[in-house]
Amino acid sequence: MSVVIKNGSLVSHVLAKTPTGIEGLDEITGGGLPRGRPTLICGAAGCGKTLFAIEFLVRGAMKFDEPGVFMSFEETSDELAQNVASLGFDLDELERQRKLILDHVHIEPSEIEETGEYDLEGIFIRLGHAIDTIGAKRVVLDTIETLFGGFKNGAVLRAELRRLFRWLKDRGVTAVITGERGEGTLTRQGIEEYVSDCVILLDHRVNEQLSTRRLRIVKYRGAAHGTNEYPFLIEPTGISVLPITSMGLNHVASDERISTGIPELDAMLGGKGIYRGSTVLLSGSAGTGKTSLCATLADASCARGERALYLAFEEAESQLARNMRSIGLDLGNWTRQGLLRVCATRPTEFGLESHLTVIHRQVAEFRPKLVVVDPITNFLKAGRQIEAEAMLMRLVDYLKAEEITGVFTSLTHGGNFLEQTEVGISSLIDVWMMLRDIELGGERNRGMYVLKSRGMAHSNQIREFLLTDHGIKLKNVYVGQEGVLTGSMRLAQESREQAAAVTRQQEVERRRRELERKRHVLEAQMAMQRAQFDAEAEELALLLKQEEDANESVDSDRQDMAQSCKVDGTSEYVPPTPRSKGSKGERA
Amino acid sequence: MTQYPEAPEPLSSFDTEPDVNLWELRLYVAGRTAKSVAALENLKKICEEHLPGRYEIEVVDLLVHPQLAKGDQIVAIPTLVRKLPQPIRKVIGDLSNTDRTLVGLQLRPVKT
Repeated sequence: MSVVIKNGSLVSHVLAKTPTGIEGLDEITGGGLPRGRPTLICGAAGCGKTLFAIEFLVRGAMKFDEPGVFMSFEETSDELAQNVASLGFDLDELERQRKLILDHVHIEPSEIEETGEYDLEGIFIRLGHAIDTIGAKRVVLDTIETLFGGFKNGAVLRAELRRLFRWLKDRGVTAVITGERGEGTLTRQGIEEYVSDCVILLDHRVNEQLSTRRLRIVKYRGAAHGTNEYPFLIEPTGISVLPITSMGLNHVASDERISTGIPELDAMLGGKGIYRGSTVLLSGSAGTGKTSLCATLADASCARGERALYLAFEEAESQLARNMRSIGLDLGNWTRQGLLRVCATRPTEFGLESHLTVIHRQVAEFRPKLVVVDPITNFLKAGRQIEAEAMLMRLVDYLKAEEITGVFTSLTHGGNFLEQTEVGISSLIDVWMMLRDIELGGERNRGMYVLKSRGMAHSNQIREFLLTDHGIKLKNVYVGQEGVLTGSMRLAQESREQAAAVTRQQEVERRRRELERKRHVLEAQMAMQRAQFDAEAEELALLLKQEEDANESVDSDRQDMAQSCKVDGTSEYVPPTPRSKGSKGERA
Repeated sequence: MTQYPEAPEPLSSFDTEPDVNLWELRLYVAGRTAKSVAALENLKKICEEHLPGRYEIEVVDLLVHPQLAKGDQIVAIPTLVRKLPQPIRKVIGDLSNTDRTLVGLQLRPVKT
């Protein structure tokens, strides 16, 4: 324990730590391995102990300017250099720069005879010499237990190992000692007894043909540390430990809304789209358009100039790009612009934890604003349900902490209770959209609805959506007696409604024409009657005229006759009174 | 095997003609500890007895020449290395067990 004296007073008892430089490990150890003390790294064969140890030295030499000594009891210096060359560690160069010394301790039991008392001062001398030569701050002993195979006197060995670890502490070097895991003990020879400050256990587990490497800090004296098992990966750049289980629900929720790229869908989601940093689940059975919707979301993100990471577990990048071109999305263009990264892997390629580590690394590297995982259901193939859920929870937490919008798709199996299969993860999801086949009228059509959407009013309608040459389009809803009409039934309904409208229009027209006609008829009748009346009136006038004419002619006839007869000489001409009065008088 | 220039002069050598039967022995010690002193004394005794006039002993003190430990893969102290005749043999310990030392140096047949 280091005691820092400042201004003459005791400031802290904090254990000084040496950063390992191994990605993630320093986070879970709270800064690294205990400085100036030996740390035991144990595990079964092939779990990455040697690599772990060598990365500790290489990172120390390259990042923290702490030269290191690697004392190997198993592999020769050349073998070691070759083994780690693939990880980009140039041990020869580091040796030339006097930042690293590799010392291979080789013991051939067949050529050694033990004759009396001895000690292992040779190791001390070699180690001390190497440390002094380059001023080493870090030492690795890999795997010192091999010595037990080379010497017969176990008691001497144990005493010497105890002395060695004490000596390493006295030298003030931060040492990593690797040990092979034994039956019921952490190491085969029980050397964990001598290394009591920090013990890290590496594990390489195979579950249903899928291997996952895990790391656990068994002991870390004097320091708080994560006690979980952390998955780690051996990647092209070295070891990567994932401190995922240390995440909590303390992320900041954003008020910002982002578009889904489909105006109609945005409208369904309170008119503004989804919250930034929220988690979207698109679930549906096969062929409901999940991937297309995902790609649309990614496309929208890229269009905003925000990087999107597409983790495809079903399709290769080129296949995805080709398929999305058919709905008018040019993903290849975004890839070329560096806005989109498609990372296609088979879910069965490695275990869940490794997948998570890969995602973690991709996100850390690419810094996207949107991550698509298509589909998450495939993780179930890479692990048990409960593990898959745990992994998903970590992923969601991680994305939320980074304020990255997560879009997951989930393949559900057919049946009416699609929701049930995903009960386990639904609580993690902020926006859950169901895509489903609507079978109606001998057709399957795509329909979607928003099952839930936290923090916003959302539409409760089932909308039919179409994959067109220009992307996804949501169609208007026709609710008939059978429910929502889709596909050709919707089209039929549409045309029926159109036909009905036309019919109504025609009816109105017909009525209007009818009325017009009636008006014409009426007018004609009226004209005819007036004509009749006129005709009658005319006739009457004619009659009267005739009558008058007739009277006149009678009078004149009578006068003519009277004149001619001269009946009454005294009689004079009496002008005829009109209208028979004259004649009456005449008669009187 | 070349002589290390830093190495101390052989403590015991005989001006004999180069001999195929010359035994070249090197004893690695770390300071003058009881074990190293005992080892050297025991070695001399054995050589005088079994290899009179045919041996050469070189004592290397690793406290003085720590860089020499790597070459002969020295782990235990003291270690006696038979450089010649080939193949290399190593005997560790203070050589107090004469029988085992002889076995280790493959001198048994010579004795019998």
